[in-house]
Amino acid sequence: MSDDHESIFDGLAGGDSTQWAFGTDFEDPLAGVDTSVPEGVGSAELAAYCLMLGDDALILSQRLAEWCSRAPDLEEDIALANVALDLLGQARLLLARAAAADPGVAPALPEGSPVPPEDALAFFRDAGQFRNVWLAEVENGDFAHVVVRLLLFSTARLALLERLAASVDTVLAAVAAKGVKEVAYHRDWAGRWFLTLAQGTEESRRRLDAALGELWPLLAELVTAHPVELTLARSGVAVDPAALRADVDAVLGQVFAVSGVPRPGGEGEPGGGRDGGHTPAMTVLLADMQSVARAHPAGRW
Amino acid sequence: MNAREHTGHAPPDAREHPGPVLPDARERAVRVAERVRDPEMPMLTLADLGVLRGVEVEPGPDGEVVVASITPTYTGCPAMATMRDDLVHGLREAGFPRVEVRVVLDPPWSSDWISERGRAALRAAGLSVPGPARRTSGPVPLTLGPVRPAPACPRCGSRATRPTSEFGATACKALYACADCLEPFEHVKEI
Repeated sequence: MSDDHESIFDGLAGGDSTQWAFGTDFEDPLAGVDTSVPEGVGSAELAAYCLMLGDDALILSQRLAEWCSRAPDLEEDIALANVALDLLGQARLLLARAAAADPGVAPALPEGSPVPPEDALAFFRDAGQFRNVWLAEVENGDFAHVVVRLLLFSTARLALLERLAASVDTVLAAVAAKGVKEVAYHRDWAGRWFLTLAQGTEESRRRLDAALGELWPLLAELVTAHPVELTLARSGVAVDPAALRADVDAVLGQVFAVSGVPRPGGEGEPGGGRDGGHTPAMTVLLADMQSVARAHPAGRW
Repeated sequence: MNAREHTGHAPPDAREHPGPVLPDARERAVRVAERVRDPEMPMLTLADLGVLRGVEVEPGPDGEVVVASITPTYTGCPAMATMRDDLVHGLREAGFPRVEVRVVLDPPWSSDWISERGRAALRAAGLSVPGPARRTSGPVPLTLGPVRPAPACPRCGSRATRPTSEFGATACKALYACADCLEPFEHVKEI
C-alpha cells in the first residue's frame, strides 16, 4: 500500500503490475478530457460550483453506503448501494473537475503523495470546507427516512442535471448528461417506495409522515441560489436553482397526489452548507469517511 | 467494430478515421483492442458492449503510441480501471509497448450501443437484453409503475415476469423473476 513498506506480494508480481486486476498506476478519471476553463469564466467560481454539486453527491453517497447490510431486504440493500455508487461516480468526476479548474482547492499533501486531487478533496478537507447541502448530511433514520431523502434529493438533482447538460462547460455538460440517466432511476425507486409506504400500513404511513416532516424543510437549500451559482448561471456554466422549483413542484406534486399524502406546508431556510456551515452530524460522518485515508496520507489504494 | 443495432446515435467507429501513422499498425491495434473482454460481463468484448470508442496510433517522442478511448457505462462503474489495465496489458502483449487509455464522457454511453453479437452473447449467457433506451425531450417523466414492458424470461420465454429490483449485482442490470419457470434472471437496463 505505502511506498516505504515492502509488500509480501511484491515478489509475486515480478515487476509486472498489469497482472493484477487493478493496476497501481495513477489513474485520472478525466484522462484525455479537455478541462480548460471556458473563456470569461472565473476558475475559482467554477471550482466552487463543482464542489457544491460534487460534495452533495459524495456526502449522500456516504450516507447511503451506511445502509449497506441494513436495508429491509437484499434487493433494497443492493438498490441503495447502486445509488450510492452512481453518486460516488458523479462526485469523483465533479471533484476532479474542481481541482482541474483550480488546483488551489485541493488540500496540500506531503510532497510525493500519490493521492489524486479528487481524493485529497474527499479525504483531507475539514467540515467547514465542504459545500454540500444539509439534506445530504443529516443522520440516517428508518427506511422511510431514506426514501423521502432520496425522493427530495433526486427530484431536485434530476431537474438540475437536465439543465446542466447544456452548460458551456463541456465537462459539466457531459457529467450532467450521463447523470440524468442514472438519477432518473434513483427518483423512480424513491417515488415507488414513497407510494408503497404511503398506502401500506398505518405504521408505514406514520413513519413516512414523520420523515417528510423532518426532511421537507431541507429541500429549500437545493432550490435557493447561492451567489456563485448566480454568477455562473449568467455565463451559461451553472443553473440557477430557483429555475428548478417549478419542475420539482410538479414531480413531487404528482407523487403526493398519487400517494394521497398532503404536500407539507411552508418552506425551510437554507442551512448554510453551500458556505461550509454544517450540522454536528457532518463532523461524525467525515471522521468515519476520512479516518483511514488520513492515517495513511502517502497511501496508494 | 461489429454491426450494431442502430436504434440511436452510434459511437464513432474506430475504422472510420484515417490513421495518421502506419495503417497496418492501427488495423492490428484495433483488432487487439476489440478482443478485450468486459471484466464484469466477460461474455462481451468492450467493442460489443460499446464502451470502446476508438483506437488510434499516434506518433510519440519514443515511438508510436496506441491511444484507446473508452467510455463508462455508468459514471461510478468500478470496472473502468480494470478495462484500462486489460487494454494496456492486451496491447503490450501484442507488441505495442506504449499505450494510453483516454476517457470519453460525451456522448454518454447508451445500452443501444450493445452490438447484435453482444446481444446474442448476453442471451446465450442467460441474460435478458435491453430494449431501446428511453429518449425524451424535456424533463424525464416520473415512472411510478413498471419502467418497461415485461421482458421475456431468457430461460423459458414466458412473458409472465416481474421485476424484483431495478438495481442488481452490477450498475447496468435489473433483477427479474419468472412466474412460470420460477427462475430469477438479470435484465440489462436501458439507459
